[in-house]
Formats: sequence, structure tokens, C-alpha cells
Amino acid sequence: MALVGPNGAGKTTLLRILATLSQPTSGAVQVGGLDLSSAGEEARRRIGFLSHRTLLYDDLTAEQNLRFYSRMYDLDPASPRVVALLQRVGLGLRRSDLVRTFSRGMKQRLAVARAVLHRPSLLLLDEPYTGLDPQAVDMLRDLLAELAGDGCTILLTTHRLARALSAGQRVMVLHHGSVVYDRPHRALDEHSFLETYRALTV
Amino acid sequence: MSFLRKVRAIIGKDITAELHTKEMVSAMLVFSALAMLIFSFALDLRGAMAEAAAPGVLWSTIAFAGTLGLSRSMAREEQSGCIDGLLLAPTDRTAIFIGKATGNLVFMTVVEIALLPLFSVLFDVALIRPRILVVLLLGTVGYAAVGTLLAAIAVNTRAREVMLPVLLLPLAIPVLIGAVQATVGLLDGADWGQLGGWIQLLVVYDLVILAVSLLTFEYVVES
Amino acid sequence: MIDETTTRKPTQDLTGLLLAGASSAFVIIAVGMVFLYAPRELTMGNVQRIFYFHVASAWVGFFGFFITFLSGIVYLMTGRRSWDIVGLSSVEVGLTFIVMTVVTGALWAKPAWGTYWTWEPRLTVSSVQLLIYVAYGMLRASIESPEREARFAAVYGIVAFVTVPLSWFAIRWWRTIHPDILTGGEGMAVTPRMIQTLIVSIVAFTTLYATLLRQRIRLERARDALTRLKLRLERGPLSGGSFT
Repeated sequence: MALVGPNGAGKTTLLRILATLSQPTSGAVQVGGLDLSSAGEEARRRIGFLSHRTLLYDDLTAEQNLRFYSRMYDLDPASPRVVALLQRVGLGLRRSDLVRTFSRGMKQRLAVARAVLHRPSLLLLDEPYTGLDPQAVDMLRDLLAELAGDGCTILLTTHRLARALSAGQRVMVLHHGSVVYDRPHRALDEHSFLETYRALTV
Repeated sequence: MSFLRKVRAIIGKDITAELHTKEMVSAMLVFSALAMLIFSFALDLRGAMAEAAAPGVLWSTIAFAGTLGLSRSMAREEQSGCIDGLLLAPTDRTAIFIGKATGNLVFMTVVEIALLPLFSVLFDVALIRPRILVVLLLGTVGYAAVGTLLAAIAVNTRAREVMLPVLLLPLAIPVLIGAVQATVGLLDGADWGQLGGWIQLLVVYDLVILAVSLLTFEYVVES
Repeated sequence: MIDETTTRKPTQDLTGLLLAGASSAFVIIAVGMVFLYAPRELTMGNVQRIFYFHVASAWVGFFGFFITFLSGIVYLMTGRRSWDIVGLSSVEVGLTFIVMTVVTGALWAKPAWGTYWTWEPRLTVSSVQLLIYVAYGMLRASIESPEREARFAAVYGIVAFVTVPLSWFAIRWWRTIHPDILTGGEGMAVTPRMIQTLIVSIVAFTTLYATLLRQRIRLERARDALTRLKLRLERGPLSGGSFT
């Protein structure tokens, strides 16, 4: 699913609420049948979040970062999954380097690895393609397709409409905090969608 | 137990990070040495005066150096939004607090242990005695606990690290008075029984502060 | 965050008037008792009369802090802005009384003991509270989001208050071991009349605190109402066609 909207529409806020990082001012949220305010801890096991901040410790190596998060998610820190995942995101060779030596693109790759480490069934991505070079964009697209194929629900936000159309099965437009448009993307072509979008977000 | 494993993970993470850079501990050590020198010069501490002032200077130094470490430790979480990373995980918020506070306690203790020999030499007092170390630990536990809570608050203010001493020091007065007086008593040759009041004060402070911090930490850290 | 409960219509504030009346009455009685009823103290003379105001304002300063502590707890439990308002108002009013405590303490000390400052326990712990109040204010001023501001202030108020009794004991024991050579402890002959005057002074200052607190709370609520109105005006003409 892709969520688009102008700045200030509330995309990040919505994602943060779904990720249990923020509280809604009213109403309740359910993810996978679990109410977030009462079953928060259980829900967190199944939710992955990619923020526009990297959530990585600069003073640890890439591998140490992932092993730490493994522990925090009750996973086996010595599992081969950590190294495999690092290789999958293209950081296999840099796994013993401190994150502070990484470029923006490399940090984003590692952040993606962190977000999917615990095999979440819901993956929330806040503007994930920002700052990525073309290879990284390909890597991410392939990874997301793979995850979606495995049954993971993916919700990403972007302000690039073309990206939204190519990424999702469903596109939603958020404006002033309300969902004003929600269609499966097969029914859309870029031009008419652009017109619709402009009209909605006036 | 999953809870303890996560606490250990957080402590381990902080220690590993510090081992890579050694920035925080070295800054605290250098600052402390400088503070000691400045106190000695400014107060013209020699001979009997030095011995009388030693406990006070020691604890003042620990208090100020402590604010450096506490700020830095929490700043590490705020940088790159890592605190969100901790909150996203299925972890009890109190585990985060205990992990961070224990890590801070470890760092402060390491700095104190490094300081004591230097202190003993400069001020010509025998500070490396078991009972004095107990007092040191009791005081540091309370200070690190309330310091961790307040650092979590301070890091979210406009003034950031500068806010922490302002918030922390008035609340640390029982520790400062208690620890200094207990140390003075021990140096004068008092035994444990005579110090009862001060030790009780430190223990009560530690317990109360720990309880309040554990209860209120989640309100500080959640958005 | 600013909810309906904080924006009541401005009406004749009967409680406020009653409080103002009561505190005026009590303060007049207290002042009368301090200068006319209480005896002239043996060692210090008339200067000692400041003592009643000094102790009364110290008590109110501490009490105000206690109210902030309680309202902080309730705010964290309920999340309602009214309790946050009580907390911040109590700090402001309490701060005034604490400053009075320190000033009257200094004014009393000079003629009585020859120095403006003594490390007398009550004065010292009041100074500590003064610093904590100031820190509370600085903290509130330094936070961007109003919701966070309230939450952090509540937590700080709770933790800080809890340390005050401990500071009090610490300072007292410290003073018993190292009494100030100049003052040598409180050498004052206390008579029943003095105790009565003191009690009345405390009552007077406490009602005065309540009066000021109420007014400060009303002021803050009015501010909230104003902010709400401003927000409504801003949003009004801008609602887009897509979701009316």
C-alpha cells in the first residue's frame, strides 16, 4: 500500500501511531486483530518500522547493531540470519565497520535490515526511497516484493506519486489528517491520478 | 528471563559503544582531574585543610563529571532517534530505564575508581578503604538513577544537555550531604554504627528515587 | 489537549471572592496579632516578629510544592490539562512565598545574628526549594510541545518533591553536627501567645495562597480559551471542499 499526501497531512503521524510510537488523541487502533493500547508488546513483535531517522547506533558496528536488536526482539543473537540479512542488503563486506563511517545510503540499507530483522507481518516505511542510490532503490524494491510475496503487509509513504503508483497495490491519499482517496492502483494511470491528486489536495 | 536479558543487552550495548570510542569516560576523567586541580588552587588546599576538604571536593567533582556522562549517554539514544528503536521493540519501558541507569552507574563507578588513587595522593588522604567505597557506591546509585530519569527529560528540551545540571543538582543534595558527611566521619575514624544516620539517609534516598524513577520513566520516554 | 473543561464562561467568581475576603480578614488579624498580641521576645526584641511571616511563608512554600506534586500525579494518571494548570500555578504562587521566606530570613538574620545568611535548616531547605521551583520554570519554558511540557513538568514535580524531605533531614543533621558558630542554634524563648500567633499567621498565609492560586488558575484557563478561539478562527475559512 502506498500513502501519499502533501507535507503536514499526517503521514508520519499515522505511521508512528501504527508503530505504537505515538498515541492517538481519540479512538483505538488494531493491527492484526491486536489492540495497540492493550496488547502493545505483542503487536510490536509483528510490526517493523523504517523511520526517516536511522535508529542506528553510530558507535557500534553494523553487525553489533543487528545483534543488539535481535536481543531486544527475543531472537537468537548468534543466529546466521544477521549475517545473511547484511549480505542481502549489500552490506556483507562492511559488517564489522562502525556505522558512523557509513554513507547515508549505507545507513538506510542497514536501517532496512533492522526493520525486517524480526520478520514482521506489518512493515511501515516512512519515505524509504529518500537518499538512496539507484542500486539501493532496486535492492529495496526487490526486498519489498519478496516480503510481500511472503505475506507481509507493507505500508509506505512517499511524496513522489510515480513511486507510489509503481510500488503499491493500493494507493491512498491523506490530506489534513483524513484519508480522502483509496483505490487499488491497477485502475489508475499516472496522468489522471496526478489530476485527481491535485484536485484533492488543493 | 526475557526482561533481564534485555536489560543486559542494553548495558552491553552501552559498554560496547563506549569501548569503541572511549569518548565519554575519557572526557569525564579529564574533567574530574581538572576540577580537582582547580579546587586545590582556588581554595588553596594544603595540609590539614586539604584533608578536611577532600570528601567535599571528591563529591563535587563526581557530581559535575556525572552530569557530563549522564547527558552524553542519553544523547547517544537521542542521536539518530535510537530511543524510538528501543520503544519499537517488545520491551518493558522499565527495562530500558534499568539498562540505561545501570550502564550510567558502571561508567560513573569506573571514573570514580580511577579518580580515587589520584585523589588520595593529591590530598594526602587514605580514601581507598572498603567502607568509603561502600559510601561511594550508595551515593552513585542514587545519583545515577535520578540522573538517568532527568537526562531523558533534559535531552528533549531546547537547552539539551545544559538543562541537566539545573534539574539534577538540587535533587542530589541529600546524596551530596550524606555521602560527604559519611566520608568525613569515616576519615575521622568513626565506625559504622556512629554513621548510621547518614547511611540510612543514602539507602532511603536510593530506594525512594529508584521507585519514583521506575514509575515515571515511561511517561518521560513515550511520545 | 486544551479541553472543554478549561473554558467555562466568565461568571461572577463567588469562590474567588470568598477566598479573597477570607484571606484579607485572616491577614489583617495575623498582622494585628504579630504586632499587638505576641509578646516582645526576650533576646532579640521586636525584630523577632519577622519570624512569624518567615515560618508561615516557608510552610506555604512547601505546601505549594506538595500541591504541585499531587497534581502532577493526577495529571499523569488522567492526562487532563486542568491538573497541569494547578501544578504550574502552584509553582508560581509557591515561588513567591519561598522568595518571601528567604528574604524575611535574611532580614531577620542581620539584626539578630549580625549576618545576612545563616545555614539554618529552614532557610537552607527553602533555598533548595527556590532553586527547584526555578528549575521547574526553566524546564517548562524550554520544551516545544505543550503536551510534553505538561508531562515532563509533572514528572519533575514528583521527583523533586520527593527529595525535599530528604534534603530537610540531611541539612538538619548536618547543622546539628556543625552548628553555625554565629547563631548557635535557635535561641528563642517560646510562649503560648507566640504559638497562637504563629498558627494564625500560617492560616492567613495559606488562605492567601489559595486565593492567589485560584486567580492564577483562572488566568491560565482564560489563556487556554483564547488559544482555542484563535485556532478555531484559523481553521474556519480554510476547510477544503473535499470533506465538508
